[in-house]
Amino acid sequence: MTRFFGPGLPYADLGELKGVLITLEGTDGVGRSTQLVQLKQWLEVQGYGVIDTGWTRSELMSETIMAAKAGHTLNQLTFTLLYATDFADRLEKVIIPALRSGFVVLADRYVFTAFARSVVRGADPSWIRNVFGFAPVPDMTLYLKTDVDTLMPRLLRNRRVDFWEAGMDMHLHTDLYESARRYQWRLIREYNRMSRQYGFDAIDAALDPGEIQERIRRKVQGLLEERRMQTLTDNLEALRPLLFEEAPTPAARGGRGAAATRTAGATTTASPAVLVQAPRRRGDLPDA
Amino acid sequence: MKVRTASRSRRAGRLIVVEGIDGSGKSTQIQLLHKWLEARGIEVVFTAWNSSDLVRQATKRGKKKNLLTPTTFSLLHATDFADRLTYNIVPYLKAGITVLADRYIYTAFARDAARGVDPQWVRDLYAFARKPDAAFYFRVPIEVAVGRLLGSRAKIKFYEAGMDLGLSADPVESFRLFQGRVIDEYDRLTTEYGFRVIDGTKNIDTQQRQVRDIVRRLYDEPAAEAS
Repeated sequence: MTRFFGPGLPYADLGELKGVLITLEGTDGVGRSTQLVQLKQWLEVQGYGVIDTGWTRSELMSETIMAAKAGHTLNQLTFTLLYATDFADRLEKVIIPALRSGFVVLADRYVFTAFARSVVRGADPSWIRNVFGFAPVPDMTLYLKTDVDTLMPRLLRNRRVDFWEAGMDMHLHTDLYESARRYQWRLIREYNRMSRQYGFDAIDAALDPGEIQERIRRKVQGLLEERRMQTLTDNLEALRPLLFEEAPTPAARGGRGAAATRTAGATTTASPAVLVQAPRRRGDLPDA
Repeated sequence: MKVRTASRSRRAGRLIVVEGIDGSGKSTQIQLLHKWLEARGIEVVFTAWNSSDLVRQATKRGKKKNLLTPTTFSLLHATDFADRLTYNIVPYLKAGITVLADRYIYTAFARDAARGVDPQWVRDLYAFARKPDAAFYFRVPIEVAVGRLLGSRAKIKFYEAGMDLGLSADPVESFRLFQGRVIDEYDRLTTEYGFRVIDGTKNIDTQQRQVRDIVRRLYDEPAAEAS
């Protein structure tokens, strides 16, 4: 069953979300996008259908957000709500349909980015979590972890730091560098808190990009294999009544019942151990 | 409680809001109230639901192309409200100016719940809103509202009729069904938030007299201090 941060989408019949939702989190300039592109290619080569989605890329809101960020009228509330609207649009139009069709969805930033940005701007943490109560809890959150001393030169090397990345709206300092440093320090502290609270899979962003990709792939592979086993045990569970409960009365029915038992038996001989383990194993796994 | 001297304490403006379904007559009533307050020398500003520049383009596009889901519909209106609260409502109240709002957060509570959004989620979403000094609810039976709208306008709007919910292919029938649900929600909200209920089927001047009687008392009592 899909879990949500809050009440979810009560009006929508979501059906079974067969896909896997993987999110990549971390502050500005830690290399999320590069890693995501490589991960996507790697998964596609293995035959997975992959859809990626990024912050503020919704059809409904992207232009509005760009225009709003160019102006000077946004405050903590409207900033948060614009992001929430963008996110909801992508969730219902892109992420959920893809999950329903069994895709692997890679999200460049997820609700945690909104949580961090709002909380450092003074929002009540429980309010902002409620606002995003319609969002599904991801299957895995990869977190590119850094510290502000490592981040600052890296952020500046990429391109010029903009008003919002420097948190200039918060009036922490009149100097761009000082403001950015203080703002990013606060964001990182918030991400680290959430990493503990939500159990992120943290990876040191200071590692060589190739090494980071290796680690990401190992984690993702582990998740996908676990998912495959889960599906297999679920399918076998569904077959169980056919295999065992109907089996004890075959002789009287003659050839037909016996034949059916033989056929069904043949499909399971390959993995009897999994079948026996099934109920316990399902309980052990985290909710999907 | 801290007592302030008259010179330092500013009296906060009153926040007066009107609610009701389309065709209930609430906009007529708030316009009449506006004129009356000004005539009495009270400084007043007016703000309408869904009127901020911030999300105008997105809302227009979303409505035109039917892109909106119950959740994005709800969030866009919350964004609009947050923007107006910041720029069009709170500063005026702090300056002692009365704010009249045609629709307030209760519109969102009623409509979004009628669209199937979790009712508690919407209430928590608007936790940042300011409580009005008086909330009038203009209650009319659905047939009266339908009659007024059909008499005044050629076409009922898509989202106003709840056409996004697929209740009926006929706009008028969809309007009846959807706004019927909205009325049920308003009835629930009436007890929850203590609305001043005005019978919207009465004569315009009768309703206005009732409204003015209540509003007059707001200015007799000391207002809540500006915060």
